[in-house]
Amino acid sequence: MGLVPQFANIAVSILFDGLAYAMFLFITSVGLSVTMGLMGFVNLAHGAFAMAGGYVVVTLTRSYGIGFVPSLVIAAIVIGAVSVVFERFLYRRLYKSTDLEQVLLTIGLAFMAIATATYIYGPIPKSVPLPDWLQGDVNLGFRYFPSYRAFLIVLGTVLIAVLWYAFERTNIGAKIRAAVDNRRMAESVGINVDRLFTLTFAVGSGLAALGGGLAIQLLGLSPSFAVLYLVLFLIVVAVGGLGSLKGTLLAALVLGIFDTGGKYLLADAGGFFVYAVTVVVLLIKPAGFYGRE
Amino acid sequence: MAASETIGAAARERATDYLAKRHRFRLAEALPWLIAIAVFFIFPTRLTFGSQVLVMVMFALSLDLILGYAGIVTLGHAAFFGVGAYTVGLAAARLDWTEPISGLFAAAIAAGLVGFVTGWFLLRYRGLTLLMLTLATAILLQETGNLRSDISGGYDGLPGLTFKPLLGIFDYDLYGHTYYLYVLAVLAVVFYLIRRIVYSPFGQALTGIRENVRRMHAIGSPVHRRLVTVYTIAAAIAGVAGALFTQTNAYVTLTVFDFDNSAKVMVMLILGGTGRLYGAFVGAAVYMVLEDYFSKLSPTFWQFGIGLMLVLAVLFAPRGILGLFERVGSYLAERKRS
Repeated sequence: MGLVPQFANIAVSILFDGLAYAMFLFITSVGLSVTMGLMGFVNLAHGAFAMAGGYVVVTLTRSYGIGFVPSLVIAAIVIGAVSVVFERFLYRRLYKSTDLEQVLLTIGLAFMAIATATYIYGPIPKSVPLPDWLQGDVNLGFRYFPSYRAFLIVLGTVLIAVLWYAFERTNIGAKIRAAVDNRRMAESVGINVDRLFTLTFAVGSGLAALGGGLAIQLLGLSPSFAVLYLVLFLIVVAVGGLGSLKGTLLAALVLGIFDTGGKYLLADAGGFFVYAVTVVVLLIKPAGFYGRE
Repeated sequence: MAASETIGAAARERATDYLAKRHRFRLAEALPWLIAIAVFFIFPTRLTFGSQVLVMVMFALSLDLILGYAGIVTLGHAAFFGVGAYTVGLAAARLDWTEPISGLFAAAIAAGLVGFVTGWFLLRYRGLTLLMLTLATAILLQETGNLRSDISGGYDGLPGLTFKPLLGIFDYDLYGHTYYLYVLAVLAVVFYLIRRIVYSPFGQALTGIRENVRRMHAIGSPVHRRLVTVYTIAAAIAGVAGALFTQTNAYVTLTVFDFDNSAKVMVMLILGGTGRLYGAFVGAAVYMVLEDYFSKLSPTFWQFGIGLMLVLAVLFAPRGILGLFERVGSYLAERKRS
């Protein structure tokens, strides 16, 4: 193989894998972005919801023999419902508190979640049985690609379309955008922001759980997932701008592709690229790509 | 004109008086130091652990300066601890510079420099952006160390470091007697400095910034310069704590830069109580002793315990253990009066 086609081959691999990774980042982080934009609540337990979703998928597929895709759906619904309990009883009390108190409460919850997961499932990473159509490679005409990553990209694209429609074209979406823009104004025209928040929190946590389920095959799932990848989700949110769908997507794409590219080309540099990009973007645009200054 | 000058002079005198009164040492303040000295005689075989507690007290104190007094919420304070730890470690392993006390100064300067440069850029930001930027700083330093593992030793670290005897006389012994007293002495010096800073007009300005930034801007206080100054000082102190960590353990690995390390010191401080100096002593000691006991029983159980403590602290004791004591105390006093 010549030098140029080889180079092109690597570039295509980086783009493809980066895109799949970006879709995972988007699905998992988008809920965090919207809830933070709505309430300004720093939720460091978001990664714990994702981890919990992953373990629900593990239990459903291994102990109950339910298929991978139905398990993902059930995990998203279960965790979405459970998250409402946390929101009602714990988070609600701290909306008016300082960043620090929110950080401490949610990191405490994350620690407890990690300990519970270690107690039940042990510290060793788990795997899930995948259906045949998600294993092996898929032929896209000019090259073979791993089916699982292709599935991630398709699923991510569908979800983006659905979320975009819900956000931009429905009544609830308009209310959410209004509340992110100006909470007081939204409340004074009669929007129940509290209820809106509970709803978005549940949907966001459900999506995080879906992301956690998808991560098992992509990144591996162990209890430390809750904190290990939390940093990445927060970075996506901060770089994209709070409460912005467009921003979260752009940040997920940039960071996903940079990280994958960095790992392909300079394996030793590890996570260097992601953090370097983050610092540069935030120094230039402190509120992220589409955040309000 | 003359009248306003007299009022100005009177106000200045009142302010000086107030600061001087707060600055005066109270008898109760001798307690932690007496306990530290008592520990030396009561637990002569556990002094290596004792030195680690004192190191964490110093690390928590440096965080108290920026978090408790200036109100800067950071998730990357381990960056400075790590820079200090590696300054001493690299100097010993690569340059054969093993004199301990000059090592502390080198660590303070190196960490202070990193604090000054990053603080200058980062302290313009607030909220989530600042959290992410401080976190990213610590991780970037860790990744840089990992990239040049030929120098830093990577995640295997720099094991088996040896240091020259203290002041050329006192050598390292098996149970760490010398190092315990050494760390305690350094802590006392650092504490004296921090106490001076906190009760000075500069310290008052920091509290003002924590309570109301806008008002401080409005009265013409150079907010950014003050924040960068205190951030640099706190970084230098965290660097000294890191240097002592390397010297007492005789090794250092890249895990000192971990997010866990930043989170741990914050948990200690919150547990003890922020913005009150002695919170760092109580928090670090309670945390380290509990960790030592419970993590031997079961690390999982311990992790659940820290999480639960944090949640309970936020919900029921937002001002830490010392704040809790204070509340109980004032409640009892109230009941006595009525």
